[in-house]
Amino acid sequence: MFHIYCPHCAEYREEEEFHASGQAHIARPLDPEACSDKEWGEYLYFRKNPRGIHHELWVHAAGCRKFFNITRDTQTYEIKEVYKIGEQPSVVAQSGNSK
Amino acid sequence: MTQKNRLQSGGRIDRSKPLTFTYNGKKFNGFLGDTLASAMLANGIDIVGRSFKYSRPRGIVAAGAEEPNAVLQLGATEATQVPNVRATQQELFNGLVSSSTNGWPSVETDLMGTIGKMGGSMMPPGFYYKTFMYPKSLWDTYESMIRKAAGLGRSPLESDPDTYDKINQHCDVLVVGGGPAGLSAALTAARSGARVIFADEQNEFGGSLLSSKETLNGAPASEWVNAVVEELRGYDNVMLLPRSTVNGYHDHNFLTIHERCTDHIADIAPAGQARQRLHRVRAKWVVLATGAHERPLVFANNDVPGCMVANAVSTYINRYGVAPGNELVLMTTNDSGYQAALDWHDAGRKVVAIVDTRQNPKGDRVEASRQRGLNLITGSAVIEVQGSKRVSGVSVAPISADGNKVTGSVSKLSADTVASSGGWSPVIHLSCHTGSRPVWNDDVVGFLPGPTVQKQLTAGAINGSYSTSTALFEGLNAGLKAVAEVGLSASEVMLPKAEEVNEGAPMTLFHIPHLKPTSQAPKQFVDYQTDVTAAGIEVACREGYESIEHVKRYTAMGFGTDQGKLGNINGMAVAAKALNKTIPETGTTIFRPNYTPVSFGAIAGRDCGALFDPERYSAMHKWHVARGAKFEDVGQWKRPWYFPKPGESMKEALNRECLATRESVGILDASTLGKIDIQGKDAREFLGRVYTNAWAKLAVGKCRYGLMCGEDGMVFDDGVTSCLGENHFLMTTTTGGAARVLEWLELYHQTEWPEMEVYFNTVTDHWSTLTISGPNSRKLLAELTDCDLSNENFAFMDWKQTTVAGVPARVFRISFTGECSYEINVQANYGMHVWEKLFEHGEKFNLTPYGTETMHILRAEKGFIIAGQDTDGSVHPFDLGMGWCVAQKKPFSYIGKRGMAREDCVREDRKQLVGLKTTDPKVVLPEGAQGVLDPKAPIPMPMVGHITSSYWSANLDRSIAMGFVKGGLNKMGEKVFYPLADGTVVEAEICSPIFLDPKGERQNV
Repeated sequence: MFHIYCPHCAEYREEEEFHASGQAHIARPLDPEACSDKEWGEYLYFRKNPRGIHHELWVHAAGCRKFFNITRDTQTYEIKEVYKIGEQPSVVAQSGNSK
Repeated sequence: MTQKNRLQSGGRIDRSKPLTFTYNGKKFNGFLGDTLASAMLANGIDIVGRSFKYSRPRGIVAAGAEEPNAVLQLGATEATQVPNVRATQQELFNGLVSSSTNGWPSVETDLMGTIGKMGGSMMPPGFYYKTFMYPKSLWDTYESMIRKAAGLGRSPLESDPDTYDKINQHCDVLVVGGGPAGLSAALTAARSGARVIFADEQNEFGGSLLSSKETLNGAPASEWVNAVVEELRGYDNVMLLPRSTVNGYHDHNFLTIHERCTDHIADIAPAGQARQRLHRVRAKWVVLATGAHERPLVFANNDVPGCMVANAVSTYINRYGVAPGNELVLMTTNDSGYQAALDWHDAGRKVVAIVDTRQNPKGDRVEASRQRGLNLITGSAVIEVQGSKRVSGVSVAPISADGNKVTGSVSKLSADTVASSGGWSPVIHLSCHTGSRPVWNDDVVGFLPGPTVQKQLTAGAINGSYSTSTALFEGLNAGLKAVAEVGLSASEVMLPKAEEVNEGAPMTLFHIPHLKPTSQAPKQFVDYQTDVTAAGIEVACREGYESIEHVKRYTAMGFGTDQGKLGNINGMAVAAKALNKTIPETGTTIFRPNYTPVSFGAIAGRDCGALFDPERYSAMHKWHVARGAKFEDVGQWKRPWYFPKPGESMKEALNRECLATRESVGILDASTLGKIDIQGKDAREFLGRVYTNAWAKLAVGKCRYGLMCGEDGMVFDDGVTSCLGENHFLMTTTTGGAARVLEWLELYHQTEWPEMEVYFNTVTDHWSTLTISGPNSRKLLAELTDCDLSNENFAFMDWKQTTVAGVPARVFRISFTGECSYEINVQANYGMHVWEKLFEHGEKFNLTPYGTETMHILRAEKGFIIAGQDTDGSVHPFDLGMGWCVAQKKPFSYIGKRGMAREDCVREDRKQLVGLKTTDPKVVLPEGAQGVLDPKAPIPMPMVGHITSSYWSANLDRSIAMGFVKGGLNKMGEKVFYPLADGTVVEAEICSPIFLDPKGERQNV
């Protein structure tokens, strides 16, 4: 059970209040019609499954309803940082760590 | 009955409070302070169960959580049955009823035991897999027979009369384990003012100090323990939890504690008290002071009742005043084991021999034994035990210095009890729960907690620090560290002075050699609970299992309710020897939650029965109940399913409801539909991006149906959205999809288009929605409103703000039945009032309430889809024949547009939704039936799609169905065949899904 700091509420809350919404920083292509099927497929379906540092999108579903990002170690389940939508992570995987 | 093994004095029991209890139907006596196990031993009960696989008689081996054999069934009545209770952890109370869980006809004379005696070669590891694999269809039969023979306890057949609690807790420091290390850690943390939770699984704090005669500051250790507990009890910042097992250590320092509040008092909790409580604790820091379990040695027939772990013997003598036999043989590889013989001797019982596997033992306890004149046999081992239902003697032989073989002649000794000690295994279970792998330590001869990311400290025997003085010191340090980490300043703690005991070096030995090779020697048990022997592990290794994790799975070692607390390390040692590797090279075993079994009651807490899941009711719910409605669960909503009249069958009720609606007027409680209020200057543009159709020109006062797709182009929800104002819309969603749709809108607004000014709020519960439908709906509504309802003023797909039955209402002229229909929305607290007014005026129109089933039939007659029933995440609007709802010219590439254009989405032969009419109109196809084009095709037949909706239509006097058929939109008039499970084949013709009023005239009148 994670203990998650919501950057909008500025409080630690229990995992039960949140939903995980998959990998963070998956930007919708600005011109979808210009994408090939392959590019659109990659946008739709292809996700990282790293062992180690991962950036995830979460939503405080039973709280403020705001989305935000989490940098999490998928091996130890440590949450390294939380940051708002539009911000960039300060903790990133070392090269070779992310597969 | 006399307690023949009860000592005249000593122990922490209260001899002035005698108790009676029942075991297997017989009455016995014990004392307050006894565990069920100590009372059974006091009464000379040798056999507590039959073993899992070989049905061998088994006795009590240990004195704590690690007990593998004395796993009993408790309960005086059917409703209070509790399986899997370790007798060593169950406090005795007056009237306790217990029984062994296996043995047929009884544990004393067991039939399976006869089969088990032939065991060995007949029942190798993997026996059940290998023997009962075929035929597969009989596995259920085999399994129930095997289970009965194996005896795993049983759950009660009646409801548990007790209540259980759950409580959420926060603390600065959680101290796990109430032995010397835990006591000094808790005291240190408490004095600094930290919020402390101090939990121990036993009825009183003290841990190992309760089981020994050692002194602190020259006085009995219990005096120091009492003083510390008394001090802790006086602090507001400390919560003491005895009888509370910390069972799980989860991520981010979340731990679960299973407190048994009244299990020690009676069969049923006293009135008003919860029987057990599950504490869900978020701890800033955790101090694990969980101690160590002594390992028994592995030798031939080491499971005969009377064979015990050495430390358990000391515990029964010192804590409970019970000597579990008369003549003791102790086998040990280390000094600490000697304590059992010293305590036995001091209790006035006969120590037959101390058999030390070491050639030349030295140490204070060795000396003490010599001073008492005990018979010390060094460089030797008990290689075999005699006896079947109780130990009658042992075979002792000299062994080599490496412990690998017998080197001399065997001598026999008479004895009724064999205690063994192979050293200690730190209780690292909790430290493993979050995925930290333990690390082997050669000096400790055991696994120690591995590196962890948790805010976790360890102290005492869990670190392999077995002396009381070191445990106290490590506890103090852990307490200081934890206090500093939470930002408090430490206050002074003076540790008591413990006795220093000099110990000689232990011998690293797990598996005692026999004259015969392991495979031919009498069984040498490693894991008592799952009947895994040293020979079995050798077979597993020979058959190619090299990792200990695989060996475990093949032999079932460690898979019992005790998780192999006693046996795992010994098993790894046997495997390592067989594979010619070191123990760490064979891998590490890891423990998972829970440390000891937790009752389902404690896990459920109050979340059962009516409180299991919230139920949502509409404002008219009471009316539906009074009218005898049958209900259907839709999400958490209770929706009326249909309204049978007395004596009416479901089909009769549905036919009546369907006909009445199309002939006159019906009413549906549609309040559960999701409703999202959308406002902001960019609301209209936003709608255009999330729906597939056009929204730019929807005027105020108009409604429009919309399809919502994912980026893959697949439909996931639908509903009508109405324009309330230029920048104000009301979106409706499916009942079950409301929360998901709102999150979806927020996701896109917050992450993709934050520049848009638009706001969403759920208003589902704010409104009651009363839908009247049918040719007389206008006449009925006209009686309750001044609004001009003429088709010219209030057309199909218009909405009006007006007054209905004297209360403000939004009336939407939209239709899910294809009839002239009005959805009357009023503030939820007016819902019942308007509903009743409608019925007052509706009697002359035969106003008929209907539920979700009639709603489904009526919409299917019109070919309207239900998202989630006729869609499954793999169909796009064109598959549904709803291309009319997809805009091609919207400037923004709305969600779903690109997805729908993928190569796979524009195939001609995609499965497409069509109507299906069975050739025999009386046959209603089952939903889910798979269609084929050629019913004579060889199996496996190529399947072309399945039925999604199928009903009897009273209005059409025939069956109707909707379903997917490959390329179906171009196959109108062709036949599809549905082979059913009963062997029949139903023929159907592909048609338009609009079975009634294809031009849509009825809704426009």
